[in-house]
Amino acid sequence: MIFDKQDLTALFITLKLAVMTTVILLIVGTPIAWWLSRSRWRFKFLVEALVALPLVLPPTVLGFYLLIALGPHGPIGGLMEALGGRPLAFTFTGLVIGSVFYSMPFVIQPLQNAFTAVGRRPLEVAATLRASPLDRFFTIAVPMAKPGFITAAVLGFAHTLGEFGVVLMIGGNIPGTTQVVSIAVYDHVEALEYTQAHWLSGCLLILSFVLLMTVYGINRRFSVVQA
Amino acid sequence: MTIEARFHIDRGEFSLNADLAIAGKGVTAVFGPSGCGKTTLLRAIAGLEYNEDGYLRVGDQIWQGDGQFLPPHKRSIGYVFQEPSLFAHLNVQRNIEYGLKRIKGAAHKASIDPTIQLLGIGHLLNRRPSQLSGGEQQRVAIARALASSPDMLLLDEPLAALDDRLKQEILPYLESMHRELEIPVLYVSHSRDEVVRLADHLVLLDNGRVQATGPVGEVFSRLDLAITHDADAESVIETTVAGYDEAFGLLRLDFAGGHFSVAASPLPAGRTVRLQVLARDVSLTLAHQQATSILNIFPATVDQLVQESDAQMTVRLMAGPVPLLSRITRKSTEDLGLKTGDQVYAQVKSASLLIP
Amino acid sequence: MEVLIPKRIQLSLILALTVTFCAGQVLADEIRIAVASNFAEAIKEIAERFEAKTGHEVILAYGSTGKHYAQIKNGAPFEAFFAADVERPKLLEDEGRALSGSRFTYAVGKLVLWSPKPDVVDANGSVLNTGDFRFIAIANPKLAPYGKAAKEILQARGVWDQLQKRIVRGENINQAFQFAHSGNAELGFVAFSKVKRPNRAVPGSFWQPPQSLYSAIDQQAVLLKSNATARAFMAFVQGEEACTIIQSYGYGTL
Repeated sequence: MIFDKQDLTALFITLKLAVMTTVILLIVGTPIAWWLSRSRWRFKFLVEALVALPLVLPPTVLGFYLLIALGPHGPIGGLMEALGGRPLAFTFTGLVIGSVFYSMPFVIQPLQNAFTAVGRRPLEVAATLRASPLDRFFTIAVPMAKPGFITAAVLGFAHTLGEFGVVLMIGGNIPGTTQVVSIAVYDHVEALEYTQAHWLSGCLLILSFVLLMTVYGINRRFSVVQA
Repeated sequence: MTIEARFHIDRGEFSLNADLAIAGKGVTAVFGPSGCGKTTLLRAIAGLEYNEDGYLRVGDQIWQGDGQFLPPHKRSIGYVFQEPSLFAHLNVQRNIEYGLKRIKGAAHKASIDPTIQLLGIGHLLNRRPSQLSGGEQQRVAIARALASSPDMLLLDEPLAALDDRLKQEILPYLESMHRELEIPVLYVSHSRDEVVRLADHLVLLDNGRVQATGPVGEVFSRLDLAITHDADAESVIETTVAGYDEAFGLLRLDFAGGHFSVAASPLPAGRTVRLQVLARDVSLTLAHQQATSILNIFPATVDQLVQESDAQMTVRLMAGPVPLLSRITRKSTEDLGLKTGDQVYAQVKSASLLIP
Repeated sequence: MEVLIPKRIQLSLILALTVTFCAGQVLADEIRIAVASNFAEAIKEIAERFEAKTGHEVILAYGSTGKHYAQIKNGAPFEAFFAADVERPKLLEDEGRALSGSRFTYAVGKLVLWSPKPDVVDANGSVLNTGDFRFIAIANPKLAPYGKAAKEILQARGVWDQLQKRIVRGENINQAFQFAHSGNAELGFVAFSKVKRPNRAVPGSFWQPPQSLYSAIDQQAVLLKSNATARAFMAFVQGEEACTIIQSYGYGTL
């Protein structure tokens, strides 16, 4: 095995980051996606644009703003320090925060689409069958939106696996804490260690491809069943 | 139990202005042309259309009024939508149990087996909605609505999305439901056929306003309403089975104004049967004809006359307390010298049983 | 009274001016130089003096030495390469991509431990041992000579292992400086040239470790194309005027 301990650590950190980011986004993103799919507020488009922003912003821009925000002079970092905590630059927590912003649209948009596809009728029906709003959400909307949840989870996970620009800005490349695979590959190439670069990159490529195959496979299966 | 409702709902180009009282028993049909606001009214009663300033009292509960608005999931209703709206991710059994599982304790009334029997869906319980026909889906939807033991059943044109064959398949179920249910039923429809077969009371709606309310037989005979002036003007008469003439295959039906003899299969005595008598099948004579092929002749008083056109007149008669419509030529009215208060004999050439 | 300039002299004047003007245009050359990030400001001043003197244009591209090396290997069109180490120019020379014999040391990098805040780093660098900080920034030792030097110093002071989780690695010396400068890392090993400016005191606090603690960071340059202007530039860089500039920016010269 060509992997050395540091590379394996990088893989582990990357997977840990992807899992945590995905879980947080599913928890936080579901109510947002639900609101977006139900609301008829005329300024909803502002929120949708905000959510979509990380899709088009260069990751380095996002990383730059995060670095300022998380640093000791920034709003979040300053607040943390005032509360007796530590600033978040160069910490795994800081990476998680950055990844949550970075992968946000990849989780919220599929969820929003899936909730919209559920439509109003099933929920009205459930209301006439004594289901409270929360009950309707969990017993009708969520199960009917299952393909959306799977897509959101897989896309959020896979997207975080490939994160580079944001981590480059706020990660600090600390092995065992913030050194993720994409940075490790970059460093290997810079240092002319092509073999290791090949192994790590290949690993990530296969993992990403398998994940994407899963998404498309599942969605195909679901659309066939509901036909 | 009575139901009192007052709604004023503006939906852009359309507005509903309804003020009505609904009987707490039997089937009340909300009848009118498409787009007149029937569905909006039903949804408002169910709480699905949030509106300000409405008023709704059901029995002794105020569901809306004085700034209160009871959300739909707190109202004891069963609602059947126009398109079959079964939950695609649950099988038939779980669909039916959905509302049942959510009513608490004492409200947990009798089991759902009788309902399943009544609607003939026992053999479908393990299937998924996508495997059912439109008619089967609607029957499941009705069972589902009833399973939660609601105090009121609301049906929004449940047959509209079905083709004729499926409609005919379900109507009998609806009719037996009508006989068996003890809760008020609100039935929205634009189909005269359905209304005449199923309704006890009628709310006539047009352009967002209530035109008339009352027992179905009475509303259908009111000459101040447009429905009595088209070619299909009819009378709806409630009768009771009195006997059966086996030799001639005739069913004898008693009503408050006399009795009918109708060619039909036997039915148990005492059973109520609704008769549909088209106005154009009713002719009038001043003297009781003796040697005539028409079996159904009874005395009646002329109540009202309305000219339909140069040639046609509609006459409203009272056979005892029961109204009856007759469509004859204007010439005949003049020849017979008909006017309000005259005693005549109504001759009904044919009558259809609406409930077999 | 009119002053008449004889026609012949007029013509000669015009000709002379034209020739000089054209000569200036024809001879004005443009050279591209890849420069290690840390040397950016010094080279800028040097290039400006050169341009003023000779009329040639010097186009500078800043970046990490590793990246430049890879680009040059793949045919990037630079006339000369100012690296932050010795290794890359040597490799290019060995691989035949640089003119042999043109390699020379143009500056000696000096490393300092620096903090933008006045009382953080004392003149002996004992803050390294007290460990009174959350993060310390260095350039990535695998990629940058300054980073390698920082590692050597930390190892010499015996704190490399225990500080592992607190050492933040910048992709290049500039990012390391940015981490320290922004306060995200309280202090960092940066190029002296980043904080030393001509005619100004160094802001914040710093410790200049003795050269014996770390491998010399000879920064070497090499010619990539046989170009007269480029040669002239290289000569200029080794001249006295350039050396003064180089030293005022915090480098040593040979």
